[in-house]
Amino acid sequence: MMESFSALLSMDFFRNALLASLLASITCGIIGTYIVSRRIVFISGGITHASFGGIGMGYYLGFDPILGAVLFGIFSALGIEFFSKKADLREDSAIAILWALGMALGIIFIFLTPGYAPNLMSYLFGNILTVSLTDLVLLGSLTIGIALFFILFYRMILFIAFDEEFALTNNSPVKLFNLILMCLVALTIVLNIRVVGIILVMSLLTIPQAISNLFSRHFQSMIFLSILFGFIGSMAGLIFSYIYDIPSGAAIIFALVLMYGLIKIGFVVKKAMAKG
Amino acid sequence: MKESYTMAPVPLIEIRNLTVGYDENIILRNVSLTVLSNDFIGIIGPNGGGKTTLLKAILGLLKPVQGEVAFHPSMSEGNHHRIGYLPQINQIDRKFPISVTDVVKSGLMSKNRLLGRYKTAEVEFAYALMEEMGIAGLRNKAIGELSGGQIQRTLLCRALVNKPRLLVLDEPNTYVDNRFEKELYEKLRKLNENIAILLVSHDLGTISTYVKSIACVNHSLHYHPGNRITPELLEAYECPIQIITHGPVPHTVLHQHEQ
Repeated sequence: MMESFSALLSMDFFRNALLASLLASITCGIIGTYIVSRRIVFISGGITHASFGGIGMGYYLGFDPILGAVLFGIFSALGIEFFSKKADLREDSAIAILWALGMALGIIFIFLTPGYAPNLMSYLFGNILTVSLTDLVLLGSLTIGIALFFILFYRMILFIAFDEEFALTNNSPVKLFNLILMCLVALTIVLNIRVVGIILVMSLLTIPQAISNLFSRHFQSMIFLSILFGFIGSMAGLIFSYIYDIPSGAAIIFALVLMYGLIKIGFVVKKAMAKG
Repeated sequence: MKESYTMAPVPLIEIRNLTVGYDENIILRNVSLTVLSNDFIGIIGPNGGGKTTLLKAILGLLKPVQGEVAFHPSMSEGNHHRIGYLPQINQIDRKFPISVTDVVKSGLMSKNRLLGRYKTAEVEFAYALMEEMGIAGLRNKAIGELSGGQIQRTLLCRALVNKPRLLVLDEPNTYVDNRFEKELYEKLRKLNENIAILLVSHDLGTISTYVKSIACVNHSLHYHPGNRITPELLEAYECPIQIITHGPVPHTVLHQHEQ
């Protein structure tokens, strides 16, 4: 067993997968904590699915589908903001419309693309084992960008997320920060699609946070714990997927939910024991 | 700040013919009010009458449709106004992962503090405030672990930490027990020795014993110097108020004018 793992480690694709898990855990750990704290998980779901339209467009027009996803992701993030604030549309309706529109456009584009769409399944369900060097460079740059932004402006991000109105009375740059953060949310989602896929990326942004919320109610420690749990879950998922030969994205999500369930049960048992 | 008390009061804010609302929906029409540096004004009025809207206009959260809100030069510091704001408690997400200390420190944010670095004196003042409000022991607790009264104290510290000249409170007596409410009003009375206070409340009975004057807001504003509220006054101003009393407190909350 050990030998086969060390053999595995010497393989490029597995080293890439390890690195991708680490970068995914960091980006999703930070951005996911922001999303969960601000209660914008549904918005993130909308951005995720809307980006499928970009993937379809990439196939149809013959450029990298991830580039299309980036465009659609950012436009939908800004679109939700615009339609709910300016066009007097209910925010959850705006999200649902963009969500469905993105998926519909994606399906239409892919249908119109002659021949067959290679790797389509890997965008829907992710395949961490086929992550390319370009994907890693993109995800790596995003990781550095997000980490720097959060280290430098940690307090401002926290305070605006906590009480936007109060921040406005202090003349804080609320609009600018929300704009930058929504773009970072969109980029995090899109670049992690390669790792776990459109259908599953939301779980990487919420399950590690749900686990860390069992231990901590502080923004900063939730970030670090989410990164840790996200990485443990990705590793466990990778190993599951290798041993049982199942899709890596699904295995990672399964490992994360399993971890949440076990820890939650641990807490319930501990509480029951304390009560005697 | 001591000197502002001994000096003659100055008009901190002058609201002139203010009309304000949300998009097409005008909530307040043609409202004028001057807030002096030693004022303690109770703002009363029915729900939906525009009490919070008035506060939002003063805080710069809503742009006037007509008229203006003018500030005394001493109200400006950097690019913001020296107003401490305590929002309604239901504006706050109590499950947000943030500590009491961080909430209080968030009162120190403004554009020129982008990186969130604080001076030692500011941090010491924040801790002294928390000590004074009796929440020093809760510093590292998350706000989700606090009671309603403890959250109100935390929010009051946040409103005061930047040393405002005017304190604006929106229903600070919701979700708090009688003991804390009395304590809060005593604190406000003491604070009022140095700063002006605007207090929105639905609880007319209690505030009338603490405030110096009353503004009745019901789509328009009627200013009433003094804190005596009579049924005639309320009727004259078309200001229907629900008088809420908690538990076995005296029911005579309307003072009669002295003969």
